[in-house]
Amino acid sequence: MNALTNYFKSLFLLELFRGLGVTGRYLFKRKFTVMYPEEKAPVSPRFRGLHAQRRYPNGEERCIACKLCEATCPALAITIEAEPRDDGSRRTTRYDIDLFKCIFCGYCQESCPVDAIVETRLYEYHFENREDSLMTKAKLLAMGDKYESQIAADLEAQAKHR
Amino acid sequence: MVTIEVNGRELKAKAGDMLIEVTDEAGIDIPRFCYHKKLSISASCRQCLVEVKNAPKPLPACATPVMEGMKVFTRSPLALAAQKGTMEFLLINHPLDCPICDQGGECELQDVAVACGSDASRFVEGKRVVPAKNIGPLIATEMTRCIHCTRCVRFGEEIAGIREMGATGRGEHMVIGTYIEKSIDSELSGNIIDLCPVGALTSKPFRFSARAWELTQVEGVAPHDSVGSNLHLHLRSNKVMRVAPKDNESINECWISDRDRFSYQGLYSDDRLTVPKIKQSGEWQDVTWEVALDMAAAGLQEIGEGEQIATLVSPSSTLEELYLAQKVTRGLGSNNIDYRLRQGDFRLDGAEPAFSWLGLKISEIENLNAALLVGSNTRKEQPILAHNLRKAAVSGAKVHFINPLQLELNYTAGQQLTTPAGMVQSLAAVAKALGATGEGAAAKVIDKAVADDDAKAIASALKDADKAAVMLGNIAAAHPDYSILCVLASVVANASGATFGFLAEAANSVGARLAGAMPHLLPGAKVAAEKGLDVMKLQKLPRKGYLLLGAEPGYDFWDAGLTRNALESADLVVALNTHTSPALEAAADIMLPIAAFAETSGTYVNTAGEWQSFRGAVKPLGEARPAWKVLRVLGNLLDQEDCEYTSSEQVRDELASLCEGVMPDNSVGKTESADLQSAVDGLIRIGDVPPYALDSLVRRASALQQTKDAAPAAICINAEEAKKAGLADCDSAVVTQDGREATLPVSIDANIPDGCVRISAGLAGTETLGAQFGEVTLEKA
Repeated sequence: MNALTNYFKSLFLLELFRGLGVTGRYLFKRKFTVMYPEEKAPVSPRFRGLHAQRRYPNGEERCIACKLCEATCPALAITIEAEPRDDGSRRTTRYDIDLFKCIFCGYCQESCPVDAIVETRLYEYHFENREDSLMTKAKLLAMGDKYESQIAADLEAQAKHR
Repeated sequence: MVTIEVNGRELKAKAGDMLIEVTDEAGIDIPRFCYHKKLSISASCRQCLVEVKNAPKPLPACATPVMEGMKVFTRSPLALAAQKGTMEFLLINHPLDCPICDQGGECELQDVAVACGSDASRFVEGKRVVPAKNIGPLIATEMTRCIHCTRCVRFGEEIAGIREMGATGRGEHMVIGTYIEKSIDSELSGNIIDLCPVGALTSKPFRFSARAWELTQVEGVAPHDSVGSNLHLHLRSNKVMRVAPKDNESINECWISDRDRFSYQGLYSDDRLTVPKIKQSGEWQDVTWEVALDMAAAGLQEIGEGEQIATLVSPSSTLEELYLAQKVTRGLGSNNIDYRLRQGDFRLDGAEPAFSWLGLKISEIENLNAALLVGSNTRKEQPILAHNLRKAAVSGAKVHFINPLQLELNYTAGQQLTTPAGMVQSLAAVAKALGATGEGAAAKVIDKAVADDDAKAIASALKDADKAAVMLGNIAAAHPDYSILCVLASVVANASGATFGFLAEAANSVGARLAGAMPHLLPGAKVAAEKGLDVMKLQKLPRKGYLLLGAEPGYDFWDAGLTRNALESADLVVALNTHTSPALEAAADIMLPIAAFAETSGTYVNTAGEWQSFRGAVKPLGEARPAWKVLRVLGNLLDQEDCEYTSSEQVRDELASLCEGVMPDNSVGKTESADLQSAVDGLIRIGDVPPYALDSLVRRASALQQTKDAAPAAICINAEEAKKAGLADCDSAVVTQDGREATLPVSIDANIPDGCVRISAGLAGTETLGAQFGEVTLEKA
């Protein structure tokens, strides 16, 4: 019986037509292809893109060199050096994230007690030199300054889930 | 012995022991903050509450003596509830600032909070804030974090011996502090950093520079005194970040001195020597090791005559370095090697003990019933020994000092304040009071002495004691009549039945004798057939070639001016040093950078004769190399035999086999010369070496240099003598010694005897002066 069914199925190309049916159905549906880079897909506020370091509204950098992000980083991508600043506060003198090592897991952001290190929505970046892959403290803070309103809004949106 | 049961496990314990001691011994964990094994019990934190069967309430394990048949539960619901409750109270006023706290990651409060605490706080009211205090350059405070365990307070009272910290206010208003705004000046103060269970007291030099989890721990041995305290070096990316004590009950218990704790900063000072350098027509040039070593070897060979070569080694060098230094020197046909850079008298050479030592174990000091210390400021020179001596004194031992300085002591002791020449007479008087006659020169001195009441008191204290000791300290070693002091001290010890010992100056003063770094001793403390010249003669009769190992001209020698003259007139000075200095650059022709403390492997023999080897913890800075390797290659280049070592252990084992059967021995022969070199007509200088001027590393430890003990060079003189010389306080004066002058501030100091002026050695400003003990004249600037 089974053999007979298979014989008929192959004789009348049933599977082929069923497949073509799917194609035909989608031919008349609304298209969802995004024409990148002219068009862009929507990004979640939880998106884990390029890193940034934030400041307080008064301009003071948030990072206090607690080194929890360095300790939690599974890829060992973060390097921090710290010392007391002239005013006696605990600050980093070096904060590097090696983007070649980073796996964008977001643990650094999770571990940060002061919401200093964050991963932004930005995913469009490239390097032309090997050393550019290092996100230095200056670059991170510049990123933070540039996207602060977006970052703050995203954190706000996610606050109740964290 | 009693039998108790803890968590169903049967334990044997000594009656009267506290429960926590028994459980600690058995490895059963009970959380605690205020309890510390070396401090008295205060039972104030209540974290160690445990359930005891038939007791109505949980009891603190630290203050509950064990009793026969006691049944204890450390993890029962009642015990856990009590511990959790205590934790909640402790956290009420503890700030949640772990991310910026240096203790974060190694914090007892954090650990216990995780183990016994609740997961969320119920406290919504405002927290207490206590302003931080500035208590000096070594310890950073953050008193809001304090949980009032009072460990630091009890440490001050019971161990350091000065009540520097205390509690004011009660309950919520209780504050730990220094009562008045002042720095903490104890030489053991750094230990409160380790004691503090929270981040209230942390290390200032280490502040914010690393986290506990980033550090690698390596064992080491302290290089700054003859105790050989055991250390833990904490490293991060090939750098020593901080130093902590390693428990060794027979040596340093669980303490270390501030000098051992903070000296590591000197490793990274700006004037660290990192490349080999040669001087060409007055200019220093960086060269490769090959060039520098070839030049050194060729220069030494060119001198030709062995007796024209002198090797002056620092007693802080390792055993291996000292052994190879003497091997290279003797290979060149010279016996001119000496480590006693700060000794003031060599008349005893040959008759002094070959393997001199403390005379007893370090841990036996606390059992002494009487002690006489001659020319010693142990509290600053060997802080850990002084701590042991204090323990003896506190439990009733009679301690006496004969010194040219009135010491600030942390226990009651008899102090005889006298001039350097008076020290000899005082000691002779003690000998006379004991009825000893002595022989040779000693007999003459004792004969002349008058046994006064002070001498009789010391004599009877020594004689009546079960265990007594007579010890010579650093000041005695630098004394111009060291030979006579040494003989007299030995006579006193013999006559009173006391132990005779030496409080050796540097980490390897005892080891240097075993390594043969002396003109009349071969390795294994064997007497050399041919005697070389001692360090004093080597400078008074300048040689053509000098090899310096770790010794800094101007700071490390008894007579700074004499050293300078000798080195300047030499044809070749090869310096193996860790740091450079203007004085060294002026004197040397070739500077070879060597590895410093923590960078080299080696062995120290402490004053109790214990050999302690250690491994290199970090790579030497720059192109610096361990000195034993440099000396080995120098030996190869000089075509010396048997110089093919591949490890420092090999060198040590070779020396150890030579030292087999060599027993420590303090028996002193006799000296013939009885004329007192310390008897001068005018003022005599007392050139003690302050604790933070001891060696190259300490002199460059920036935090230590800001402490009270690191006061800059000054002319300290008592009011009467100052009046005679026409000097008033705060004036500066010109001091002249052996035709060399220095202008220094004057400080009126009642602790200096008449006829003396204290101008400490090893400090900037004194490198042009002469002998540590010598006649000086003062003149108003």
